[in-house]
Amino acid sequence: MTTIPQGAHAVRDQSAAATETTADDADPKLPPPVVYLDERFGVAKGFGLFKKVFPDHWSFLLGEIAMYSLIICLITGTFLTFWFVPSMGHVIYDGSFVPLKGVGMSEAYASTLDISFDIKGGLLIRQLHHWAALLFIVGIALHVARVFFTGAFRKPRELNWVIGTVLSLLACVEGFAGYSLPDDLLSGTGIRAMNGFMSSAPVIGTYMTFFVFGGEFPGESIIPRLYIAHVLLIPAILVGLFAVHIFLVFWHKHTQYPGPGRTNTNVVGFPLLPVYTAKAGGFFFIVFGITALISALVTINPVWAYGPYDPGQVTAGSQPDFYMWFSDGALRLLPGWLEFELWGFTWSFNIFLGSLLLLPLVWTILGVYPFIEQWITGDKREHHLLDRPRNAPVRTAVGAAAISMYLVLAIATINDIIAIKLHLSINDITVALRVLFFVLPVIVFMVVKRLCLSLQRADRETVLHGTESGRIMRTPEGRFYEVHEELNEFDRWHLVQHEAQRPLSLTAGPDTDEYGVDRPVGPLESLRRKLSDFYFKDRIEPVTPSELAAAHHHGEAEALPGGTAQAIEESVDRADETAGLRSDDRH
Amino acid sequence: MSDDQIAVHEPHAKPTTYVEPGPADRFENPGLPPHRPRRADVDDAAAKRAERQVTTLFGLSILGTLGFIVAYFLVDPNLRASILVIGHVNLYHVILGLTMAISLLGIGLGAVHWAKTLMPDTEIVEERHLQASDQEARDEAAGILSQGYRSAQLHRRPMLLLTAGGALGLFALPMALQVAGGLGPLPGDTLNHTVWRKGMKLLIDPSGTPLTPEMVTQGSVIHVLPEGFAGESSHGEDGPSALEIMEVKATASVLLVRLNPELIQSQKQRDWSVDGIVAYSKICTHVGCPVALYERQTHHLLCPCHQSTFDMTNDCEVIFGPAKRPLPQLPITVEDGYLVAADGFAEPVGPSFWERGE
Repeated sequence: MTTIPQGAHAVRDQSAAATETTADDADPKLPPPVVYLDERFGVAKGFGLFKKVFPDHWSFLLGEIAMYSLIICLITGTFLTFWFVPSMGHVIYDGSFVPLKGVGMSEAYASTLDISFDIKGGLLIRQLHHWAALLFIVGIALHVARVFFTGAFRKPRELNWVIGTVLSLLACVEGFAGYSLPDDLLSGTGIRAMNGFMSSAPVIGTYMTFFVFGGEFPGESIIPRLYIAHVLLIPAILVGLFAVHIFLVFWHKHTQYPGPGRTNTNVVGFPLLPVYTAKAGGFFFIVFGITALISALVTINPVWAYGPYDPGQVTAGSQPDFYMWFSDGALRLLPGWLEFELWGFTWSFNIFLGSLLLLPLVWTILGVYPFIEQWITGDKREHHLLDRPRNAPVRTAVGAAAISMYLVLAIATINDIIAIKLHLSINDITVALRVLFFVLPVIVFMVVKRLCLSLQRADRETVLHGTESGRIMRTPEGRFYEVHEELNEFDRWHLVQHEAQRPLSLTAGPDTDEYGVDRPVGPLESLRRKLSDFYFKDRIEPVTPSELAAAHHHGEAEALPGGTAQAIEESVDRADETAGLRSDDRH
Repeated sequence: MSDDQIAVHEPHAKPTTYVEPGPADRFENPGLPPHRPRRADVDDAAAKRAERQVTTLFGLSILGTLGFIVAYFLVDPNLRASILVIGHVNLYHVILGLTMAISLLGIGLGAVHWAKTLMPDTEIVEERHLQASDQEARDEAAGILSQGYRSAQLHRRPMLLLTAGGALGLFALPMALQVAGGLGPLPGDTLNHTVWRKGMKLLIDPSGTPLTPEMVTQGSVIHVLPEGFAGESSHGEDGPSALEIMEVKATASVLLVRLNPELIQSQKQRDWSVDGIVAYSKICTHVGCPVALYERQTHHLLCPCHQSTFDMTNDCEVIFGPAKRPLPQLPITVEDGYLVAADGFAEPVGPSFWERGE
């Protein structure tokens, strides 16, 4: 890292000054409690763990947000079980929330009202629980994006990626089960919709709903069953898988961003004790503190305002929590003609596709991506250095396109809100989103890919011609030009360290033998080559030392107007030629 | 730690299986850049200031914790107030939340600030090793496996493996069967009919008042439940249970609207109506939300969940949205001056299901 620490400008030239702290405790002794434990468990042998090094980067904190939110959920959730009654038994409310006094409702809803109004600080715990759950999934989503766009899922971490995708699916299911528990009008509507989703499943749908609901909707079983799933079944799997997930991070050692001194065979950063204990431990309290701040000031899920569940009622503007938006949005976009009768049975793809099939489908695609990419690249090496997203343009573009599809579906969930707020026709919005779902990913893909390639070109330009110094020089003839300063080797390394992957069609040899006869490849291999072309046909090679030397050689050209631009054009063209490419990528 | 600890000598000795990427014409990794000390590393006053900042933050945390405890006991839990921007709030909840936030953020910010200003910021290099074991370890592992396999005599008696595998593969089935079998009743034809029967009065929900045709004025929309499931008749000893009422509401809820009879397009719809009064299932044929929004001018019914839109003048056909089927119509007639069902629903109400078409 070459950034100068805050406030250190005065000392930047004293970098030679000794910074190491002298060992003032030359003969340290183990504290007696540790000695006690060591005699019984040999714990001293494991203390090397405290020296373990972790690399530093803000984007590594995203996963930590998820981890800490999970812990907050576990703590606050345990508290909530002391008061929450997971029963659909009918009671007449007699608590201190006046507007609902005397209203018939389920015990689940009544006890949620009690937590909110009659237990001191209960509302705070409820709000903490709900906000932490939302933050948990936000953290997961951002963490998944970080891991995806930096290629951290590559060998040897593919299986940990799979564990992570399962975790993220479980987190959403856990969240859905959780917000369904209070049995208020909004969450009851959600359960009603879930009942409809299950019914739509071919062959087993009706049976599934009767088994899950213990009979006809709504029955009296669904809240107790969701409860045990929410507080025991899913958390047990979540925590178990999470433990494996985090253990593997220790086992593999954390990936790091490329930079001077960072290689594929080392890890550069700070030790667990004391730096990461303080930083990561402190970050837990920061996440917890911010969650408390939000919970204090912003109300989430005011169940008392919705009233108890009644299957004959619904409020306009019913939306699930945000992580289910894409599924609900898909249901709003799927047209009715996807339902049809065939062989005497009802096939409701208008529902089934957007609910029961969509979730497993999205997470399956996510889970298998590393294996697909590995198959396409044929790259079986271990990767511990992260990619800068621009250096993997197609992967980055594919990810961005997928996110845009996800966002279209998510936005479809608020089509009614948009229609009201912006005075638009809900029908037009829905139709537009249907079209966008197919068109937007294509546009996003192309734009992001071009953007990545352009950023790579900009990197090349910076390496070859330096950075703008802000100093204007005047030649004896009266011409002006700006002096460019060459990068130092540390800054330059960031921009030249990567390798540009080549398509298989180049590396696997020509398609014809020396007599011009086609070398047959199987359909699978042919598909693989096409995909490899798709991924790596357009690419920008990093600057090589000889290119830099050549740029220096005619560096005087910079003094001439347009010289800089011309030099870039040349160098990029040369890069393309070296690779022997037909690239549609020329400026 | 000293600087020589962090020195990186490039290129690293690579394990034999690792192939350095790319062509030979590449830049070399320059190694770690020289460490730049922070102000607190070289300036004692700055270090002192950092220490003060950290202790202040920790002190704030202690105050926050104490504040929470004091507020918990001393503030009235029903205290309410209006806060600028945020609006009307339960002040007790806000005070508890804010003091808790101070208590937590004080620790967090203090610890991070401590780490960033006073703890060592010299980067340390730790070597990484390839995940795969070397050949020797693999050979040894293969030996152990094979020895276990042979000493259990599996290589000579394959039936052991086969039957053990079979038994282990099947033993969980009784548990799974018990769970699956006990979860719920078989659906049978439950979904094919509702409680509506010929002659049942249409009652207003929730009052339970029986309806006469005159009560249904043009443009009004009335939420209706079958006789016995709304108002007084649904309470008391002989009345249905709360569970039964919920199930009836989820399946037999009906919307009653009076249309101009000339607007009604289909003969069936007219036959099943009384002077333009039509009754339709309120349960959406998409996923079962109540179709609660009625547009008076257009006679459209809109489901707030997924915006399926039904045209009441055209037998509640779907004109927009994800639903496929029209809302089922309940045939009604007049008996002793009251509106009653002329029959039950002719088709299943609510969301689609597999056996629906049978």
